[in-house]
Amino acid sequence: MATARVVIVGAGPAGVRCAETLLAAGIKPILIDENRRDGGQIYRRQPEGFTRDYATLYGREAAKAQDLHQSFDRLREAIDYRPDTLVWNLTPGQLCCVSQGRHRTVDYDALILCTGATDRLMPIEGWHLAGTYSLGGAQIALKNQAVSIGHRVVFMGSGPLLYLVASQYVKAGAEVAAVLDTSPLSLRLKALPKLLARPGVLFTGIKLLAQLYRAKVAVHLGIKPLQVLGDASQGVMGVRFTTGSGRTATVQADAVALGYHLRPETQLGDLAGCAMAFDQASSQWWLATDDAGRTSVKGVYAAGDGAKIRGADAAEHAGRLVALALLEDLQQPVSSALRDGHQQALAVMDQFRLGLAQAFPWPSEQAKALPDSAIVCRCEMISAGELRRTVNEKGACEVNRAKAFSRVGMGRCQGRYCAHAGAEVIAAAAGVQVQEVGRQRGQAPVKPLSMLIEEVAP
Amino acid sequence: MTVQKTDVVIVGGGLMGSAAAFFLRRRGQSVILLERDQIGQYASGVNFGNVRRQGRFLGQLALANRSWALWKRLPELIDDDLEFIPSGHMRVCYREDEIAELEAYAAAPEAAQLDLRIYRGAELLQRFGFLGPDVKGGSYAPHDGHANPRLAAPAFARAATRLGARIEERTEVADVQKVGGDFHVTTTDGRQFQSAQLLITAGAWGQKLSAQFGEPVPLDTHGPQMAVTEPVPYALPTVIGVYTKIPEEVIYFRQIPRGNIVIGGGYRSKPDMLNRRAYVEPRSILNQVSQMRRLLPGVGNLNIIRVWSGIEGYLPDSLPVMGPSGTVDGLFYAFGFCGHGFQLGPGVGDVMAELLSTGSTSTPIAPFSITRFALPA
Ligand SMILES: Cc1cc2nc3c(=O)[nH]c(=O)nc-3n(C[C@H](O)[C@H](O)[C@H](O)COP(=O)(O)OP(=O)(O)OC[C@H]3O[C@@H](n4cnc5c(N)ncnc54)[C@H](O)[C@@H]3O)c2cc1C
Ligand SMILES: Cc1cc2nc3c(=O)[nH]c(=O)nc-3n(C[C@H](O)[C@H](O)[C@H](O)COP(=O)(O)OP(=O)(O)OC[C@H]3O[C@@H](n4cnc5c(N)ncnc54)[C@H](O)[C@@H]3O)c2cc1C
Repeated sequence: MATARVVIVGAGPAGVRCAETLLAAGIKPILIDENRRDGGQIYRRQPEGFTRDYATLYGREAAKAQDLHQSFDRLREAIDYRPDTLVWNLTPGQLCCVSQGRHRTVDYDALILCTGATDRLMPIEGWHLAGTYSLGGAQIALKNQAVSIGHRVVFMGSGPLLYLVASQYVKAGAEVAAVLDTSPLSLRLKALPKLLARPGVLFTGIKLLAQLYRAKVAVHLGIKPLQVLGDASQGVMGVRFTTGSGRTATVQADAVALGYHLRPETQLGDLAGCAMAFDQASSQWWLATDDAGRTSVKGVYAAGDGAKIRGADAAEHAGRLVALALLEDLQQPVSSALRDGHQQALAVMDQFRLGLAQAFPWPSEQAKALPDSAIVCRCEMISAGELRRTVNEKGACEVNRAKAFSRVGMGRCQGRYCAHAGAEVIAAAAGVQVQEVGRQRGQAPVKPLSMLIEEVAP
Repeated sequence: MTVQKTDVVIVGGGLMGSAAAFFLRRRGQSVILLERDQIGQYASGVNFGNVRRQGRFLGQLALANRSWALWKRLPELIDDDLEFIPSGHMRVCYREDEIAELEAYAAAPEAAQLDLRIYRGAELLQRFGFLGPDVKGGSYAPHDGHANPRLAAPAFARAATRLGARIEERTEVADVQKVGGDFHVTTTDGRQFQSAQLLITAGAWGQKLSAQFGEPVPLDTHGPQMAVTEPVPYALPTVIGVYTKIPEEVIYFRQIPRGNIVIGGGYRSKPDMLNRRAYVEPRSILNQVSQMRRLLPGVGNLNIIRVWSGIEGYLPDSLPVMGPSGTVDGLFYAFGFCGHGFQLGPGVGDVMAELLSTGSTSTPIAPFSITRFALPA
């Protein structure tokens, strides 16, 4: 099947490396991305015409970013690249795409999902106030528009992105009021053996922390978030939390960046009918794939953070590896040394991933402690109390059932920001493990679809 | 293995089965309701939510009126709010000659209670000026409205449970037969139930059970297509639908107080009966979007945030199967509601309860008898 129509969704590190590998083997893929430019999330390229240099934009990752962009520039004319194009739905063998208000279908024999990840959030009382951002949102504001989300910013949550974005803010000259991490030092020490799988990355992390200390940023570990302070007219005015030693403390700020690491973008795989698996380490559902990225549905593959959150370096390996898997499935010769090399590299990164999950765990216990008045679903403004009532009074102990009764997860974010926390609230109220309450089923459109769209021929 | 005995076994816990369980308990019958998955998970929980009488087969309006009276009493009746708003329903058309058809319907004696009023010309413009210029006229039903389908069947089931009904979810009936004077009902996991009367309210699966009693019906399945926009300020209380003979032109919408506009109509999909899922066909969403722009030009600026479908059973004459079996004493059916059973739900439950406990009903349901499909002997 030399003429197989291969479509890759996502032009980040995974998608670009995948396209490159396929092209080298004589397959010309279609590469679709909703962004105007290639690079994906971490190596997001600045708009054409902007001229900030690589070091300014990507810091330590400048060389990798430049390498990926140059690889892409070499591919660009040889593949069928479709930027600014959102895949909003799919049916077997066909993607539904919308670009600048025009709707087109794209047929495929093989589909490779390199759709990346988004912020993973846990609600807190008051997080619906203006001035509350996700860590990713805070980073994008800085990277894309070179603006800070506030004059005095608190960073709260857990995970590597917490320190990374805080230090990027420090570097940009913003005032960082505090970094509040829910994970205690002890877990980091316990996770050390696994984190040592990638000593270089670990060292970078430690340097980030040192930078924060040097800038005299208050860093608190093992905290419990209590409340984002403020009101509807003034927005965020600060954060209240319990310190690691059990004291209640307050930090004043006019903006908060929140986040607990990342969650994979699995909607398209879910819509394609791919089986999902529950990952104990990170306590979340993702696409069930084999080592090389084959999903349970023939012809559908996944790589990068959209399959497994392992970071950008892993995404490059996974993108190449998934291309090799597809080539094998198309009966093309594949170098087993190459394949094994990627697999070994990924095994190491997987070890590191487990270390991160252990060092910066998802704070499921926070969902239990969430006051009834706290909003869980910001799109629909549904509180924890309302959600609990659907469990206690209406017997909805399954996520989709609770969504039907309470509307949690029914808003325009399609549950991206609240489904994980919602599941924890439901599980806690029902007294079961979170994996027993299921996961929110994917529903099209993957992102809101304008009603002005016009259909055009494929 | 113990056999569970009861006056009535109900197979299927959609709105029909749940409402029937509730009204049977009010009449003092002991009831066991068996539902394969979760109460109200299929058509009853995912439908458009139209509580509309106008436009129905005239011979169904008596039943629809009985149901409407129950909808009006709902919070008090079942101690739960199904978000029913009798905010009015407007049935519009794009052609002058169709106005005459709307007028004829409005003039029918059966439709008297609906208080229908025809709008056209200046009056139409004055009251419904927000509709597109293609709209030529319409029939306004002031007492019809809409409700939240996701809440309906579960609320009736809870109310039935409070009155003493037994409801078994995740219980699929495999085999039904009459042995001596009793019905023997066996589930796929081998449980057995016995009852004096049996009510089949299995929706799009009803014919599988009726066939076991030698009464097959030509039931077909379709998935009507639904979409919802992001919320915008609540400004359109009236439910609006297009009356037309061109399938692509069929479109209807309602705005909920939260602000979202719920949309339905156009092409239907073929459900996957093996996995029990009805999918949305992208082409029906594209069609809906363009039909909506025609009907409600201001809608173009909005975004669709979610689409869905559901499995519904249809019969060739677009009428349900409802009433006693033609061959077996004590056996009753209420299934295959052809895309408009939500409004009828409470009424169907009430009528079936009356029929099972008294042997007859004051509401005419003869046109829905299963015997219309009986093969010539
Ligand atoms: C907010 C955020 C900030 C991050 N910051 C850092 C950081 O500073 N440093 C770091 O090391 N790592 C960071 N990461 C992690 C890093 O971005 C990822 O590890 C890496 O980008 C993964 O590469 P990928 O190719 O798998 O996915 P991505 O780089 O995320 O690329 C996925 C691409 O798919 C496209 N896409 C997704 N769905 C669709 C669709 N339906 N239709 C069309 N296109 C679609 C997206 O537009 C995107 O371009 C961050 C992640 C996030 C979410
Ligand atoms: C998308 C959509 C939009 C609609 N819009 C409207 C509208 O706006 N207004 C309106 O009036 N109507 C509407 N309808 C129609 C309406 O929803 C249905 O007519 C009504 O809900 C039918 O209810 P039911 O109880 O008969 O069927 P269902 O809700 O399908 O319930 C039947 C139940 O029987 C169970 N069952 C089947 N076989 C077995 C077995 N062997 N053992 C145990 N249990 C079994 C099933 O699991 C199911 O839960 C719509 C339908 C759909 C799908």
